[in-house]
Amino acid sequence: MSSTDGTTAPRKIVIDPVTRVEGHGKVTIRLDAAGAVEDARFHVVEFRGFERFIQGRMYWEVPLVIQRLCGICPVSHHLAAAKAMDQIAGVDRVPPTADKMRRLMHYGQVLQSNALHIFHLASPDLLFGFDAPPEKRNIIAVLERYPEIGKWAIFIRKFGQEVIKATGGRKIHPTSAIPGGVNQNLAIADRDALRARVGEIISWCTAALEHHKGYVAANRVLHESFATFPSAFMSITGEGGVMDLYDGTLRVIDAEGKALIDGASPASYRDHLIEEVRSWSYLKFPHLRGFGGDDGWYRVGPLAQINCCSAIDTPLAEAARRDFMAVGGGHPVNATLAYHWARLIVLVHCAEKIEQLLFDDDLQGTDLRAEGTRREEGIAWIEAPRGTLIHHYTVDKNDQVRSANLIVSTTHNNEAMNRAVKQVAQTDLSGKEITEGLLNHIEVAIRAFDPCLSCATHALGQMPLIVTLEDASGAVIAREVRQ
Amino acid sequence: MAKPKLATCALAGCFGCHMSFLDIDERIVELIDLVDLDVSPLDDKKTFDGMVDVGIVEGACADERHVKVLREFRAQCRILVAVGACAINGGIPSLRNLAGLEACLKTAYMDGPTVEGGGLIPNDPELPLLLDKVYPVQEFVQIDHFLPGCPPSAETIWAALKALLTGTQPQLPYSLFKYE
Ligand code: SF4
Repeated sequence: MSSTDGTTAPRKIVIDPVTRVEGHGKVTIRLDAAGAVEDARFHVVEFRGFERFIQGRMYWEVPLVIQRLCGICPVSHHLAAAKAMDQIAGVDRVPPTADKMRRLMHYGQVLQSNALHIFHLASPDLLFGFDAPPEKRNIIAVLERYPEIGKWAIFIRKFGQEVIKATGGRKIHPTSAIPGGVNQNLAIADRDALRARVGEIISWCTAALEHHKGYVAANRVLHESFATFPSAFMSITGEGGVMDLYDGTLRVIDAEGKALIDGASPASYRDHLIEEVRSWSYLKFPHLRGFGGDDGWYRVGPLAQINCCSAIDTPLAEAARRDFMAVGGGHPVNATLAYHWARLIVLVHCAEKIEQLLFDDDLQGTDLRAEGTRREEGIAWIEAPRGTLIHHYTVDKNDQVRSANLIVSTTHNNEAMNRAVKQVAQTDLSGKEITEGLLNHIEVAIRAFDPCLSCATHALGQMPLIVTLEDASGAVIAREVRQ
Repeated sequence: MAKPKLATCALAGCFGCHMSFLDIDERIVELIDLVDLDVSPLDDKKTFDGMVDVGIVEGACADERHVKVLREFRAQCRILVAVGACAINGGIPSLRNLAGLEACLKTAYMDGPTVEGGGLIPNDPELPLLLDKVYPVQEFVQIDHFLPGCPPSAETIWAALKALLTGTQPQLPYSLFKYE
């Protein structure tokens, strides 16, 4: 790891790529002559172009193709597209079996994705410390040192993947959601195999939540202050504001908890949201229409899902939610690290929902698909593991896609991630010797949002770490690759 | 004897091939006994400090950085395995080639129904230059083995890795070859 070379010229630090997030991105930090942070940017450096190349495809292919945006939450894209294509197919309500099969698949997906994030990607920072040597900061070290947590990591994720396979036909890139419904119900043998294990999975999810609460209690100051700032929050909620990750209306609350938008339907998304493009990132910057880029930004994801809902309809997660909200004393919880706690509550909720559905006989129904009169436009949203995901398509009379617009979860968090980076840079880096551990603090802040840059730019991959120091004229004074 | 080393890398893909690799689930314990995980997006090791025995690459090449990463990766891997449709033939990302790069950029950043004020195409020097087309990995480097699928199943990846890491030629049954 490089440090300053004693120079007092303004310089720039680059973290490239950021690792243990799902995607390609890098961070540049510009320091002034005194070593204070002048600016910090989180760049997303991948571009894919799905909105254009999906044009001309037959509309029923879309749920299969579009999920290749992201191998981590393919189900969210598969289902958001299927829900939009329901509308194209003229179907406003799919049969109960189809609705519940899709829901079960979605809960399996959020379960596995939240498990992947909290255990495989984030837990090394929390268990070993932000400043731990990089060779320790990975899931293998967790497995060796904390076998119990390693067990949760492997088996909770595995269970989620098996729920997806049982409902969707494949663990990654499933195939069962089709316009108007699904093409399979839940086989009894699969149901029974999952039933036999769901109780233990719930108990492990709860144990992981309790374990994390221990971490929060032991690190209260860090937890509340690290990269924390007030913001608005956005999430889909179900009827009466109850948490519903699969379907519902949009709620946006301000930092005090006051509703800015409530009950909005998917068709109205353009009335509420607008996206700004900045030259230095492939990730757009959405904000609330009418509030402007500086005031209209908000956060999405587990923290927003918990802050926005008025209740959770499963008992263990509801108790955990009340516990969590008590921290905010009636206001939304703003701590960035609280994303992890919220993610674990949602994890518990998904496990409980999976159990409910596994004992619902509708899953063996045979009425799988509804038909209707073809329409030209379909707009749908879903609460993906990382937050609200919006798909919007128009289809011509030859059944070919004419246009597509996608606003994915991570994109909504773009402004917030940039602010978190800048804040950490300002508090932790300014005027100090720059160490590898300190740079990891920045990555920790980014990682709290669980950014899926694959989805976001509609691309993904690894992000190594290169540190470049530049003076004001852009000349490189030092450049070193982080090991 | 030191354990063999395994490295993984993701270019323009969806990370689904890496997720499929993780679907080996509890066999990861067996894997740790067999190998040391070197450079990989799954850990924090960002550069090589010597040759590794087996490297697996997911994804196609869509920008100059992918090509650079791929070349460096190839140079450090004794055996290089291309995993998944994107790496092998460009896969879904290469649908970009049918529409053309400019049209794709314009649709995403200028024509979208929620893009503010006409938008602009990101062009900062911090962003890597996009290639004219999306290319499969063997256009740039030599590949030793190909594992087809979108993604290949965990069983396929596991069987191939285990063979390569124990110094045998992978002999995969036909049932593990899926081109979906
Ligand atoms: S081959 Fe398929 S699963 Fe693998 S990265 Fe490409 S799109 Fe994703």
